[in-house]
Amino acid sequence: MADPKPRIKVPKTASKGEVVTIKTLISHPMESGQRKDSAGNVIPREIINKFTCEFNGQPVFGCDLDPAISANPYMEFTAKVEESGTFTFSWTDDLGKVITTEEKIEVS
Amino acid sequence: MTLTRREALALTAGAAAFLATASRMAFASAEDAEKAISEFTGGAAPQSGKITLTAPEIAENGNSVPISVSVDSPMTADDHVASVLVLAEGNPNPDVATFHFTALSGMATATTRIRLARTQNVIAVAKMSDGSTYIDRKEVKVTIGGCGG
Amino acid sequence: MTQCRPSHPKRLGAVAGALALIAAATTGSGADELEEYKRMLADPFANPGWLYADEGEALWNTPSGPKNATLEQCDLGLGAGVVEGAYAQLPRYFADVDRVMDVETRIAWCREELQGIPFAETAKSAFSKRGAKSQMEQLVVYVASKSEGMPITVPMTHEKEQEALALGEALFYRRSSVLDYSCSTCHSIDGARIRLQDLPNLTDHEGAASAMTSWPTYRVSHESVRTMQHRMWDCYWQMRMPDVAYGSDVTVALIAYMTKVAEGAEMASPGLKR
Repeated sequence: MADPKPRIKVPKTASKGEVVTIKTLISHPMESGQRKDSAGNVIPREIINKFTCEFNGQPVFGCDLDPAISANPYMEFTAKVEESGTFTFSWTDDLGKVITTEEKIEVS
Repeated sequence: MTLTRREALALTAGAAAFLATASRMAFASAEDAEKAISEFTGGAAPQSGKITLTAPEIAENGNSVPISVSVDSPMTADDHVASVLVLAEGNPNPDVATFHFTALSGMATATTRIRLARTQNVIAVAKMSDGSTYIDRKEVKVTIGGCGG
Repeated sequence: MTQCRPSHPKRLGAVAGALALIAAATTGSGADELEEYKRMLADPFANPGWLYADEGEALWNTPSGPKNATLEQCDLGLGAGVVEGAYAQLPRYFADVDRVMDVETRIAWCREELQGIPFAETAKSAFSKRGAKSQMEQLVVYVASKSEGMPITVPMTHEKEQEALALGEALFYRRSSVLDYSCSTCHSIDGARIRLQDLPNLTDHEGAASAMTSWPTYRVSHESVRTMQHRMWDCYWQMRMPDVAYGSDVTVALIAYMTKVAEGAEMASPGLKR
């Protein structure tokens, strides 16, 4: 089974210069590195430590995350759009795995 | 069901691990948070104003506490918020997140969900493009809950 | 948390004592602030339960088990392959097995029939553990999400449905085990709560509706979705009764009774709870 995509909410259309709200939600346990298993061994930390959003290749918003971010991280932020284009969202975890997804917006 | 009582206990403890473990280990202190702020600001004492941290007065569970930061700024290429540091001074480690903004952000606002190990202050510090810094803080009470409804 | 799961039997007394307080609890300091917290968390888009619904949908359509089949031909009561609206019309009588099933026993049955996964295997892994998600939890949330906004409709006219209803109601009020508790001890009172947690009055339409429409739910304290079968198992444990078996007639009967009381209310699952 392929991993389902992160959930992204971006308006389909906007007017030039509008500030739009973007919401993202991704499945991840955000293992804090502070828990022990039943044998008393510390479960290694494994979190998403970085999130970025770019629009047509330009950085819009980014975030460095620590273990105090809740499981299944949610991020809500804004972007000012001057032209039609593509948002690129990336999440990077402690193992270096990167999940990337895109959303288009029509600006008039 | 083959989940034993012991496993059930382990599960609950595990699910609430951030809380359960935190009760057994050293918490960060206000001094640790101060140190992180100082590193972020380059030693300057942040001013009050411009930044607003929104958080609930009471959280039903520390595993998911909604917080928002919002900074008053024109968000132009010359004059914008560069980043916002969020700290929780009573967690095992005070670091929570650092948000990075650009003029393309349009507004300096962000919302997420965080873990709080116990009742404590949450702190947000904004660094502007000119290097000036602003701070806001909120106490969040974390309750010991009931059974989940 | 200790309220829900005392870590040692000697705390039982404390639990009974604390629960005795629920009847006396009234709206007071903290309740308004808690509402504010819930309002801040309420954005459905931020509910991780939907991630599980997505995962469940992918699972539903992916060949699996010894028969390497999907669940696409599973009949949840509205005909083979119909998922939309099915959750809102369960539990119900199924002629092919001559018994009343809730959504979970039916999905588990479909897994056995279509995919060749034995029921016992499904039951064994039905509740997720830390680091191990449960396919059943994902599937159930997916199916429930496809009834969003639809009214609970459970006619319960078949003789076996009537039997399940009567059994469910009797069990709801039947006190037993070391604490001499029944479901009704906590869930037949208006405005009761444990600490800051509201306890729905499940004998009342409004109370039952608030519960039955919001399960399955994402439980923040478990960092996972949970289903109604888990709620039954958990409540039985909290009452210090013997483990209730996954998908047993007892659980199906209780779910049938509570669903009937909630009839007409619109589904809003996945919910988000403590």
